[in-house]
Amino acid sequence: MSTLDFNAELAAAGAHVRSRWGALRFFIRRYPLGAAGALIMFVFLFAAAFAPYITTYDPLSTNAAASLARPSMAHWLGCDFMGRDVWSRIIYGARISLMVSFGSMLLGSGIGVTLGLLSGYLLGWFDLITQRVLEMMQALPLLVMAIIMAAALGPSLHNTIIAIAIPLVPYVARVIRSNTLTLREQPFVEAAKAIGMPELRIAIRHVLPNTMSPLIVLATAQLGSAILVEATLSFLGLGVPEPHPSWGRMLSESAAEYVRTAPWLVIFPGLAISFVVFGVNLLGDALRDLLDPRQRS
Amino acid sequence: MGAYLVRRFGLMVLTLFGISIIIFMLLRLTPGNIADILFDAGGFVDPADKARIEADLGLDRPIPVQYAKWIGGLLQGDLGISYQTERPALQEIAPRIPITARLAVLALAFAVLLGVPFGVISAVKQDTKLDYVLRVISLTGLSMPAFWLGLLILMGFVAYFGTIPIYSDAPTGFWNALLMYSVPAAAVGFRSSALMMRLTRSSMLEVLRQDYIRTARSKGASEVTINYYHALKNAMLPVVTVIGIEAAFLLGGLIVTETVFNIPGVARFLVEAVRWRDYPMVQNLVMFIAVVVVSINFIIDMLYAALDPRIKYGD
Repeated sequence: MSTLDFNAELAAAGAHVRSRWGALRFFIRRYPLGAAGALIMFVFLFAAAFAPYITTYDPLSTNAAASLARPSMAHWLGCDFMGRDVWSRIIYGARISLMVSFGSMLLGSGIGVTLGLLSGYLLGWFDLITQRVLEMMQALPLLVMAIIMAAALGPSLHNTIIAIAIPLVPYVARVIRSNTLTLREQPFVEAAKAIGMPELRIAIRHVLPNTMSPLIVLATAQLGSAILVEATLSFLGLGVPEPHPSWGRMLSESAAEYVRTAPWLVIFPGLAISFVVFGVNLLGDALRDLLDPRQRS
Repeated sequence: MGAYLVRRFGLMVLTLFGISIIIFMLLRLTPGNIADILFDAGGFVDPADKARIEADLGLDRPIPVQYAKWIGGLLQGDLGISYQTERPALQEIAPRIPITARLAVLALAFAVLLGVPFGVISAVKQDTKLDYVLRVISLTGLSMPAFWLGLLILMGFVAYFGTIPIYSDAPTGFWNALLMYSVPAAAVGFRSSALMMRLTRSSMLEVLRQDYIRTARSKGASEVTINYYHALKNAMLPVVTVIGIEAAFLLGGLIVTETVFNIPGVARFLVEAVRWRDYPMVQNLVMFIAVVVVSINFIIDMLYAALDPRIKYGD
């Protein structure tokens, strides 16, 4: 018979973690893939923030002499048709990609949280109508919804953010609503009511913080989708317009023709998209395991 | 069951009706109408000409009237005229449906044939090196944009065969046709198989912990029998439920893959219609997609009861 070593069990569950650094070390040991994802995210955020310091060329300046130049010491990842440096465009493209995806994720979650809380609190006809409309929006694939929104709003940076944010709303709103419904029956919410706390304050102080875990998990997953949808919209010519360097549009400019003649124009922007989404997905999986034990595999 | 079916069907019609309103309103958000766009190219605008075109297209009438005209036509199979080609929209859409359908079926087959077995293996070998490798591969599949995967496949073709697979209306023979559709279908299917694999894996893990699996093992059933006969059968139920999600996911992949491979299907047509700002066409195509997705979900709901005897839809 082996006896249970309680100290070892507690250590494995992270019970001895006291400091922030300890928490970080625990996370890295417990979820190495998640930590790798976080690192990838950090690298891209760093590149976006310090783009001017890690690039040597202006991402927008053209140079006829360098048209379709192969990757070399001067141009690490080669040049596009207009002689623009691919490395610089990818680094500056990280700004656009992350700005649009974070922007649409925050906007979509913001609207979703508001609608979900209102729906779960007010119930009645407001809930009924909101839920039916959200269901209808969800019946359309995310990308199709984003394409129509982008077409309706017209191409611009702001409109791209809105076009991606709106299709994300139903997913957030429905999770928050069902959580709100469960939470409002909890004793601590009843207690708050009993001491005369206003409903709005209960919603913000008690209900919302308790829905944070599923919200973080969902938002991370949506960040990945948002990056892919932005790239796809831009690839189809419906996303971020010129002159902003966007990964998706870098690929559409090249597309089928450069598959033969200038493969570096196809490979590198695609690698950038895949890497950052891969990082987000790894982090998302780890966060889900950490924050949502019911879904733990 | 009968009453449930009727209620569920009624709900489906109501959903589609709501979707049609949402699409219609969204496309009316755009500043300017088709008349403005037509004149945009010309530069010079004669107000009389513009008014005439608006009257021709019925754009001068109130929005509810325009909507009623669209829906009324739709119910009678009249999809209106494409602004771009000036041909009946139905004639434009109908020939493209079989092309996309073939691609979708092949892609789905690819997703199931690849996703399910590897999902099972990944679950059975949980937390081994093989499991990690398979999980990273599936996560990579989900992280790659579908159009980039398509471009990479084209690049591979250039490198190995010196040419890219070109779509043709009349492929010579069955095998040529199959090959022609298989390549883009593989590009779409790979992503879907990644999703399928993740779902199968998590569902299998849950089932493998059940008591009856232990019973099967203790009575001496082989691992293969346990995994594929006892466990997979039950693990597939939740996987079937998300086929609706899978279909929507697949459709997104088809839109870009048809664009990359230059295949004249319905999905690519949506993008073209949006680019031309051919709104009657966009409206119809999105409605078509909505009908497909909603119907699939309806069928799956019904199928679910047939597959799982524990579920009975009470009246």
